[in-house]
Amino acid sequence: MYHQIINYFQTNSNRYLQMLTDHIRISLWALLMAVLIGVPAGLLCVRFRHLQKPVSTLFRVLRIVPSLAILLLMLPILGTGAAPASVALTLLAIPPILENTVAGLKEVPAFLLETADSLGMTSGQVWKNIRFPLALPLTLTGIKTAAVEIIASAALASKIGAGGFGDLIFTGIGLFRTDLLLIGGISVAFLSLSTGFFFYLLEKILLKYKRM
Amino acid sequence: MIDYLITHYDDLGKATLEHLQIVLVTLAISLVIAAGFTLICSCFNQIAQFILGLFSMIYSIPSLALFALLIPLTGLGKTTAITVLVIYNQYLLLRNFLAGLDEVDKSIVEAAIGMGMTPVQVLIKIKLPLAKCTFFTGIRIAMVATVSIATIAASINAGGLGTILFDGLRTMNSAKIFWGSLLSALLAIFIDGLLGFLNKEDKSPKPPKIPQS
Repeated sequence: MYHQIINYFQTNSNRYLQMLTDHIRISLWALLMAVLIGVPAGLLCVRFRHLQKPVSTLFRVLRIVPSLAILLLMLPILGTGAAPASVALTLLAIPPILENTVAGLKEVPAFLLETADSLGMTSGQVWKNIRFPLALPLTLTGIKTAAVEIIASAALASKIGAGGFGDLIFTGIGLFRTDLLLIGGISVAFLSLSTGFFFYLLEKILLKYKRM
Repeated sequence: MIDYLITHYDDLGKATLEHLQIVLVTLAISLVIAAGFTLICSCFNQIAQFILGLFSMIYSIPSLALFALLIPLTGLGKTTAITVLVIYNQYLLLRNFLAGLDEVDKSIVEAAIGMGMTPVQVLIKIKLPLAKCTFFTGIRIAMVATVSIATIAASINAGGLGTILFDGLRTMNSAKIFWGSLLSALLAIFIDGLLGFLNKEDKSPKPPKIPQS
């Protein structure tokens, strides 16, 4: 087993690096798009109250639907490849980001907003100096959840031709090659654990004021 | 689309039932194990954080990776699928169970102890009834997650609706993909709705709020 794994890396290191970059690239694109859609959508939901109920219901249902179903339902519409995979992953990642943004913005205490008002802040200043910084911790948690989910589902996305470590795992299942299974499984697990760790560090750096 | 439903309704029904079977077996096993862990965690507070942290770390490992890692140990098939699903459920269930027990008002517990209840009586007569709502939420989240991950388990030959999805993908049969996705989505939404409904139906008398002096 040990020998087989070493052998794999000796002969296929290029292929391995290709899969690593593919996996990370798809995940990053999906996360970027999800943040760009999810956070502004959350803002709109808080700004226009009547939007919130339908939007949150829609995304709650989206969240319940199995990720494999979403990935495969996109297939007849968008075809195969990395681009449709990114779109499907974006759809999966929006709900946690949106929900947490809304929750974060809503949790800002009313008395703080009033104080800011009476200090003479304009509404733009209130958003920039009060609401955003206070909503940031929860939004970050949402982005972290989304990122971990994307890494996990990106492995499945190899089924629709997106590349990544899913290729390795599915090949391993198909050929019953334990070495491929171990390499693929450990790589994906490591990727998602290190994503979690990265966001943990990011939280520590961005939210320094919490410890004061 | 409709043609496929008419000609293959027995396949679809069988896959749905098989899916449901995996979910229910998983739920039964994970509830027993989670109850054990909850008891251990509520007795020894020091290790509760450690156990919860460990499970949350395992939970963040993608399911496909965990399947892949377990295949060398337990082989292809339902055993591996259910093992992975039970492991994932532990985090969701344990988190909610502990939160539920924690949320019980300390003054009520103290009153119960003052009345001379033994710790077991406090657990069964006071804590469990009051924490029921949070328990239900945990079970609901766990079941929905199980339905979702069980579709992926078809890739390791565990059967269920995922089989139809993967078959459809292999043969580029969009009717199969459509019905497989639709049924798995509906199953998840149905279970979520059903458990939400059961939780609301159960109108146990809420304890009166104790005025804070």
